[in-house]
Amino acid sequence: MNAPREDRRCLAFLVLAVVPLAGCGGSQNALAPESHQARDIATLFWWMMGGAWVGLGLVVGLLLWSWKRRNRRGFGRDVEGDKPGEKRSWYAVVVLGIVMPIAVISTLFVVSDLFVIKTTQAPASTTTKLTVQVIGHQWWWEVRYPGTTAVTANELHIPARTPVRVEVKTADVIHSFWVPELNRKIDTIPGRSNVVELDADQVGRYRGQCAEFCGLQHAHMAMYVFVDEPSAFRRWLAQQEKPVEAPSSALAERGARLFLDGPCSSCHAIRGTDADGYVGPDLTHVASRATLGALTVSNTPDDLRQWILHSQQAKPGNQMPDFNASGARLDALVAFLEGLK
Amino acid sequence: MAIATPPTPAAAERMERLEQIWESRPGILGWLTTTDHKRIGLLYFWTTLALFGAGGAEALLIRTQLAQPNQHVVSPQTFDELFSMHGITMIFFFIIPMTTGAFGNYLLPLLLGARDMAFPRMNALSYWIFLASAIFIYTSLFIGKAPNAGWFNYVPLASKQFNPGHNIDFYCLGIIFNSIASTLTAGQFIVTIFKSRAPGMSLNRMPLFCFAMLAASFGLLFALPALSADTTFLFLDRNVGTHFFDASHGGSALLWQHLFWIFGHPEVYILIVPAFGIATSIIPAFTQRRLVAFPLVAVAELLVVFVGFGVWAHHMYAVGMTTISMIFFAAATAMVVIPSTIQVFAWCMSFITGFARFKTPLLFIAGFIFMFVTGGLTGIMFVAIPFDQQVTDTYFIVAHFHYIIFGAAVFPIFGGMYYWFPKVTGKLYFERPGQISFWIIFVGTNLLFFPMHIVGLLGMTRRVSTYPSGLGWTAYNLAETIGGFVTLAGILLLLGNLFVSYFRGPPAGPDPWHGPTLEWTTSSPPPEYDFAVIPRVTSAYANWDPVDREADRLNLADGLLMLEHGHEQPTVTPVDGRLAEIAQMPHESPWPPVLALALALVFTMLLIGLYGVAGIMGLVCLLALAGWHSQEPPE
Ligand code: HEC
Ligand SMILES: [Cu+2]
Ligand SMILES: [Cu+2]
Repeated sequence: MNAPREDRRCLAFLVLAVVPLAGCGGSQNALAPESHQARDIATLFWWMMGGAWVGLGLVVGLLLWSWKRRNRRGFGRDVEGDKPGEKRSWYAVVVLGIVMPIAVISTLFVVSDLFVIKTTQAPASTTTKLTVQVIGHQWWWEVRYPGTTAVTANELHIPARTPVRVEVKTADVIHSFWVPELNRKIDTIPGRSNVVELDADQVGRYRGQCAEFCGLQHAHMAMYVFVDEPSAFRRWLAQQEKPVEAPSSALAERGARLFLDGPCSSCHAIRGTDADGYVGPDLTHVASRATLGALTVSNTPDDLRQWILHSQQAKPGNQMPDFNASGARLDALVAFLEGLK
Repeated sequence: MAIATPPTPAAAERMERLEQIWESRPGILGWLTTTDHKRIGLLYFWTTLALFGAGGAEALLIRTQLAQPNQHVVSPQTFDELFSMHGITMIFFFIIPMTTGAFGNYLLPLLLGARDMAFPRMNALSYWIFLASAIFIYTSLFIGKAPNAGWFNYVPLASKQFNPGHNIDFYCLGIIFNSIASTLTAGQFIVTIFKSRAPGMSLNRMPLFCFAMLAASFGLLFALPALSADTTFLFLDRNVGTHFFDASHGGSALLWQHLFWIFGHPEVYILIVPAFGIATSIIPAFTQRRLVAFPLVAVAELLVVFVGFGVWAHHMYAVGMTTISMIFFAAATAMVVIPSTIQVFAWCMSFITGFARFKTPLLFIAGFIFMFVTGGLTGIMFVAIPFDQQVTDTYFIVAHFHYIIFGAAVFPIFGGMYYWFPKVTGKLYFERPGQISFWIIFVGTNLLFFPMHIVGLLGMTRRVSTYPSGLGWTAYNLAETIGGFVTLAGILLLLGNLFVSYFRGPPAGPDPWHGPTLEWTTSSPPPEYDFAVIPRVTSAYANWDPVDREADRLNLADGLLMLEHGHEQPTVTPVDGRLAEIAQMPHESPWPPVLALALALVFTMLLIGLYGVAGIMGLVCLLALAGWHSQEPPE
């Protein structure tokens, strides 16, 4: 991570305060588009920002002009009927205050709302090759691939250069699915399903985050979109479709029993076992994921351990209770879950 | 010019009599039973200032928590309550009651040449209800049950299922309670503006400040019912088992959003239009020029509120509406820009063609124009639906509306505080620290809010209680937090300046600025009856019409038009402003605070769930009303 250096660079931009954006941060940046939709939006923004600086410059210029003319005559003289330059001022108000904005805003309206909007609209189902279902939960994302048995959480894999239809729903409150480098955001509304298209140019990892306030852990409801080469994507999907394999060690075997007999299975599903809970994420391939808890912690054996013990510390208020287990049982659980590749 | 001392013994004697008729009771009791619009304005001022302090403290706690990534200054639960209360406070308990309740109450009769509001007791009632509602909602914070679903409180997050505590009940009831006060204020502002002007003040001679108050009042009157319906539905859903917003029983979560924003967007204009009124009072005074394009600006002030009723769905572009309906709302959003640009350029041209003197109030107005234009330009960007869908619910939006709300509403409030300070206190403030306070606040707020645009575009969503490092957000957030504390320093300097000036400032005299409107014709602070002589008005800048002011002086000398026989005030025809009749005004009444107290008990019982007791309290309210009406002034 070279975050500090990047932050410093951003600070320098901030001091300059002009065109401060490109190149800062990286992974959730609306101005670092990696799809034609996000690129159209970003381009629209740059034009609008240019226009905005001109508009602001105009008004600041007028104010500075009046500053130059300040105190220009005695104060408190008789001002009966005083409206110097009224006629010219009227012209200025009509031209700058009515004609100019109508022209500028009509142009903006036509370009953005009649043309650019088409690229960000929900795709017709015929134009996409793949559909992914994303279901928002307090505070994690369930991800399904209709037509397959694959279910995962907090990460989407999609093939590169392929239009993908993402159907978003909610299991509880309103969330908002947003991966800024790929497209605009879309809310998940109870009783409805909304659609947004993802069509990434390049292989890579893109960060997304819930954008609608959804309660205590709204801040920790993020996700990754992994854009893979189509062949790699197919391999990944095939792997995710598989049910769980038999535990590879005695320790893992013990962990599996603990999982199935303990409270875990009432909330989590593991395909190929009796565990079919639906309160928390499907854990069939939990070890293959990059993070735990919707990008709250990374997915190492240590973090997993800590998560099971103290998920309430890492993500206070989340729906999984802390599990007070002795070291040996915990070792077994972790060994089992680590095997779920 | 102003009437400083009574010119003749006869006039002095009549003024003595006016004094006796309008005098209020001494001491606390006088304040409790007052119906004097100036006293009510001051009560509103002090109360809203205290609430501004509360809302500001909440904001600074939020900024402290977000100064660095992964901090634990406050828990997520507290954080949610803080930002919810911050929004609720600043909108419902600071800006609206400050601009209408404090500035409007104090100034409207003075600018109209009236002696009081049209319904003085109703005015008092609005204050006491407001105070009670503020205490009601802040109780929630102190018992740790404050509203925690944001100021727009979306369902189903705010439903009983996902929010079982009393937090949201406080929200529903507190908002309904508060909007009773706003409705009372709005209703009587409208009547006052149409009926209580000085004879001769036809609508086209009415100061722009009053147009602004009129626009805001109409806005409140028509917008608040949607909010009241919304919060009532929610209260019923939560406590009675109705299903207005429950999608699994045929209700709709989006219904909440539509009703909320039908109120919520006009609300934005209701927040800033009174501030426009303040600006259009200060600009003529400090440029010594009648405002450019007066009729156009007056119409624009009304129009902005009117068109503002047709744009609400632009807060909802991400909910998955059909494209065609989004385009409709985008077109309306585009239209609402025009009344604003008209005003901006009318102000700018007044600065240029007038004789600008950049004293503190005008500096605040220049700063206000800068902030309003910045916020307005990012606002225009939301005409572009795809861009809106990209940045809505991010810090870009937070930046936008803080430029509008802090920049376009609070800056004029500060400017107005300096501008009318001499009128209200009779003292001049100190100019140097005043100007320094402006620059500190100006730099502070820009440091506070500008970086929010950038982090928003970098992907930072709003209402996050914390954020990870490594996304390039840290430095901006730190800068914002520093900006927050700089702003605080500026505001403290402002208040300190006014505080010291109150005790040490040189006397101001009736008209230190050579101000344009009627309040500057009377003494500072104004007498209880506002004007000794009902002023003559032939233009919207009455204090700049020497002939009329000379006429007032002659009337005073002759003891004419003083209405010193009773608690009286002339009323006029609504448009032409011709004298209609002399109305007997009510005087001091204990019933408004009593009624407000009874109402507070109704709401408390509703909160606790004792609906029967609430009903009984409702009957007590009716009794209080009966008591109130037993004290009618003679016809
Ligand atoms: C009461 C229901 C519940 C129980 C019992 C429960 N969990 Fe969870 N679990 C959840 C929820 C909900 C989440 C998602 C939390 C979040 O990210 O907000 C979760 C998340 C997880 C995750 C992270 C998954 C991911 O991809 O982010 C793991 C691993 C996990 N639980 C393991 C366990 C184990 C092991 C047990 C048994 C000791 C267990 N859980 C018991 C509800 C539960
Ligand atoms: Cu969410
Ligand atoms: Cu969220």
